[in-house]
Amino acid sequence: MPKDDVKTENFRFVGTRPNRPDGLDKVTGRAKFGADASAPGMLHGAIVRSPHAHARIISIDTSKAEALKGVKAVVTRADFATDVTGENWNVLENVMASDTALYDGHAVAAIAANSALVARDAIKLVEITYEVLPHVTDVDAAMADGAPVIRAGTADKSVPAGLHPNVVRYHDSGHGDVEAGFAEADLVIKDHFRTEATHQGYIEPHACLGMLGGDGKGELWCTTQGHWNVQKICSALLGLETSQLRVTASEIGGGFGGKTTVFIEPVALALSRKANRPVKLVMTRSEVFRASGPTSSTSMDVKIGMKKDGTITAAEGVFRLQGGAFPGAPMEMTAMCAFAPYALKNVHQVGYDVMANRPKQAAYRAPGSPMAAFAVESVIDELCGQLGLDPIDVRLKNASKEGTKASYGPRFGRIGLVETLEAAKAHPHYSAPLKPGQGRGISCGFWFNFGGETSVSLALSMDGSVQLMVGTPDIGGSRASLALMAAEELGIPYENIRTTIADTASLGYNEVSHGSRVTYASGLATIEAARDTIKKLCARAAAKWGIDADAVSWEDGCAVPSGPNAGDFDPLPIAKIAASMGRTGGPIVGHYEATPEGAGVSFATHIVDAEVDPETGKTGIVRYTVVQDAGKAVHPAYVEGQFQGGAAQGIGWALNEEYIYGADGRLQNDVFLDYRIPVASDLPMIDTVIVEVPNPGHPYGVRGVGETSICPPLAAVANAVSAAAGVRLHELPMSPPRILEALEKQRDG
Amino acid sequence: MSKIHVTTSVNGDAMEFLCDPRETLLDVLRDRLNLTGAKEGCGTGDCGACSVTLDGRLVCSCLVLGAEAEGKEIGTIEGLADGEALHPLQQKFIEYAALQCGICTPGILVATKALLEKNPDPTETEVRYWLAGNLCRCTGYDKIIRAVMDTAADMRADAKETS
Amino acid sequence: MHYLTPSSFDEAVTIAARAQGITRYLAGGTDILVQLRADIVTPDTLIDIKHIDGVHDITRENDGGWRIGIAVSGAEMSEHAALCADWPGVVEAMDLVGSTQVQGRATLTGNLCNASPAADSVPAMVAAGVTVSITGANGTRRIAVEDLLTGPGKTSLQKAEMVTAVHIPPRGPAGGDAYQRFIPRTEMDIAVVGCAVNLTLDGDTIKTARVALGAVAPTVLLVQDAADAIIGSTLDDAALDALADAASAACNPIDDKRGTIKFRTHVAGVLAKRVARIAYDRAQAAKGA
Repeated sequence: MPKDDVKTENFRFVGTRPNRPDGLDKVTGRAKFGADASAPGMLHGAIVRSPHAHARIISIDTSKAEALKGVKAVVTRADFATDVTGENWNVLENVMASDTALYDGHAVAAIAANSALVARDAIKLVEITYEVLPHVTDVDAAMADGAPVIRAGTADKSVPAGLHPNVVRYHDSGHGDVEAGFAEADLVIKDHFRTEATHQGYIEPHACLGMLGGDGKGELWCTTQGHWNVQKICSALLGLETSQLRVTASEIGGGFGGKTTVFIEPVALALSRKANRPVKLVMTRSEVFRASGPTSSTSMDVKIGMKKDGTITAAEGVFRLQGGAFPGAPMEMTAMCAFAPYALKNVHQVGYDVMANRPKQAAYRAPGSPMAAFAVESVIDELCGQLGLDPIDVRLKNASKEGTKASYGPRFGRIGLVETLEAAKAHPHYSAPLKPGQGRGISCGFWFNFGGETSVSLALSMDGSVQLMVGTPDIGGSRASLALMAAEELGIPYENIRTTIADTASLGYNEVSHGSRVTYASGLATIEAARDTIKKLCARAAAKWGIDADAVSWEDGCAVPSGPNAGDFDPLPIAKIAASMGRTGGPIVGHYEATPEGAGVSFATHIVDAEVDPETGKTGIVRYTVVQDAGKAVHPAYVEGQFQGGAAQGIGWALNEEYIYGADGRLQNDVFLDYRIPVASDLPMIDTVIVEVPNPGHPYGVRGVGETSICPPLAAVANAVSAAAGVRLHELPMSPPRILEALEKQRDG
Repeated sequence: MSKIHVTTSVNGDAMEFLCDPRETLLDVLRDRLNLTGAKEGCGTGDCGACSVTLDGRLVCSCLVLGAEAEGKEIGTIEGLADGEALHPLQQKFIEYAALQCGICTPGILVATKALLEKNPDPTETEVRYWLAGNLCRCTGYDKIIRAVMDTAADMRADAKETS
Repeated sequence: MHYLTPSSFDEAVTIAARAQGITRYLAGGTDILVQLRADIVTPDTLIDIKHIDGVHDITRENDGGWRIGIAVSGAEMSEHAALCADWPGVVEAMDLVGSTQVQGRATLTGNLCNASPAADSVPAMVAAGVTVSITGANGTRRIAVEDLLTGPGKTSLQKAEMVTAVHIPPRGPAGGDAYQRFIPRTEMDIAVVGCAVNLTLDGDTIKTARVALGAVAPTVLLVQDAADAIIGSTLDDAALDALADAASAACNPIDDKRGTIKFRTHVAGVLAKRVARIAYDRAQAAKGA
């Protein structure tokens, strides 16, 4: 879409802060989440899981479990489709093991019983004989000679010869001549970085209620970011025709990417089919940590060369990510995001996707990007420190702009990185005095944002109010933003529009709510559907007035003659047209289906002040400011919310969150007590600055905002801790023992 | 194992139910009394999404047995509003966008109502520490804390007016 | 699981004596329900002790000490002004157990009898010289808290014995106690190290002292060397350094997901100094009062 078509001012509704339409339901407890549904005759499911990190499954004996009073059905891998290939095979293998348990918590069987307690008791009675195998959980160890092989023959054509079979995909991109670039530099710094796996930490565990009949027709209620995707995958795994399975998305209690796939939904359907009764299946918190989709853990090497005046002359990164016992670690995202904020003549990035005995990774807010930023922004900080340069000035000097050839290939369109850096520099936070023991760090961050298949339908009720049907679950307040965009087009009050998340049987295909795509893509489709509706409304007015349809315009919720030559008619309000629509041609529904390609990338700059207790290594976050380009903030309060939420998750990742594996390959911290996400007393207020550099690919300039906010915090906090404590850590999380160790080394060294 | 018969009161309404001795109050509220406002986020008392009051005391319902509800007065999120009239906290949470996905919201509202009844003038630090057992993964707590502080101020002003 | 609600200690003990399999007493439930839910412990018999007379009471005893009923919650302890004034260390230790919600149910007795090496209330109770009353098939006895705990998750209670009350000694003049723990966040973590100091003053000089450490050994440590390091001093820097060294030297921790041996040992010394200072200041303030 050319820039002229983007509306950037004179908004009536977009940019305001009305109450969200689902607010009442959510503050009264009425809103129905995944585990809040029930059905007559419902059974409760429970899953038997491997206690071994790697083991051959020799036999499964369910006879004692089946004999328990109240047990109605048992399923194993044999109850799923056998003709599944490709990524569907990977998902199925993860949903229920075939002959090998691949990680601690891997599902091997499931039971449905007439109460949750009976189901829990029954799974303890399933007797499984395992042959325990050697395991590997560390990414570098999994690539080394002699590492246990997870699954031979999984590597694709991209992987160079001679690598361990656990290396399954490979990425190599860049441009220029990095060796020449390093030679030009006055200072070259190369560092090794490691980050441990983290979990999205959504407070609502996975939950679903499934009913599948022997006739191949099914109903599934589940908490998900993408119910068409669930429909597609479950159909394949259960051997159903896709359209025969209707999936309804519940309210979702947090996803952040972790609810973009399936874990227990196919199991509920399989149990239901066997028992011929609805089956409710809910993960415990322990199961969520052990057997849903955490991030990859990483091992990274980053080398950057800089001149005394701050110009970056070359940048090189090698990024090794393990994604569990399946291909899919987002190493190419890591590689492509790493140097994206910088206009570089010489850049080279390599990525390795490695398998290990861990659960199958899933997306977590800009998957792969935060880790890259941690490494790159730390090295830039070190370069600035040693050369005595201001960190923001250096980034401004090298910043990507419109027309810059991105590190990952294409030329950037209109982007807002410079604007965020300038706003950060001008912000009072950047120049506020620091107390002794405190340090300040900044970081940039980048995410692509996505479009994806989108279908929207907009129907008039006879009183002129509007039903807006979208297919993207509301994970961040999108009902409000989408209604605002419809209101803006139609010129009718926001309150006259009811946004509904339609089920899979009621709307065309919709891609998952991920990639920060909802406000962009569902928003674009809403606008187009509204325009389609307006065309139809105008045609009815034209017919009534006996003039040409293109002589009718739409203003403030009414059809009006386009000009004095069109005729002298009073404006015809939407309610009047709707009231008579049955007689004038039939019900009026606007719609739009597309896979929009114009999602705008977004950049952010974060500023954080931290203080470190030198006697214990404990870190406190004292002040935090997020500056991010939103393109156009449709509902500013929810944009601010995304900024703050991403920052909070990043702080947790930087300081305390990590997957801890024992020598036996078992996850040791599978409860919130020991998987430490930030609590209210850990954080200060998080200030936000919304920068608006319109995205030419959206009618109002919208860019995705949900993900970029988690990209800077890891490095920003690392740089702040470094400034506060006087030591640089290269491994996350920067837990107190690690900081203390680094301080001690520095004192002794 | 036979079921236990329990007589209790929830949000002022007399209720009775049968439950297995191992069922928690959370299980009972959600599965037997159809009050699904309290949520299970962890089952171990770490997340606060199941918060209710028990004889006026803020507790995690996942850490109370259904059997222990005998003779007690239980307060859940469903009892916060007075008919159509929302509690000032509920109203403020909507206005301040102090929720995103909303799963932690019932627990946080029950918890903060209990706070303001005990301490009508909390500092920001006091609010944060009171809510340390209510995990939120979406908001970073900022808008929640602002909503609570401003509601407390409004309620103090209202109290002054009516006194 | 059989759930029972006896109305007297005798009745409770009788039930426990007859019970087969695993028997547990239910006070606040904040440990038992977690263990039940995680399939760590499923009691065959669960004896709810909250219906026994007197178990919810905080009473001042004749000698000026305190009797804490076995069902008194941490929240109730924090709300008791006189108890807080006498033993702020014991109260603040109990106050650190879990969240506000957990505080609404968790009890001193439960925190003690669950016998986690990292229990927050235990070092403070040991430093204060707390004793417990026990009843059982063989009558009643009274022992010090440090003698009740025998190992991680283990107490010296015999079958069908139960704690019937917790006794905190009289504060006496010029005394102060304090407790702190190290955790990686600001709340909601199990103590990586816990330290309690209870002392009395003669003028500005420390007359008596007890120093207890938690989470650095299989059970709580009452560290005589640490106490000796500060007795007879005015808590000057030399005394504080000696205190820190003694505290660190006494540690016998493990490496686990919550902390390493090295880290715990170092932090024990750091905390001992900080806690001793607070206890000292409280004792000074008590002198003036």
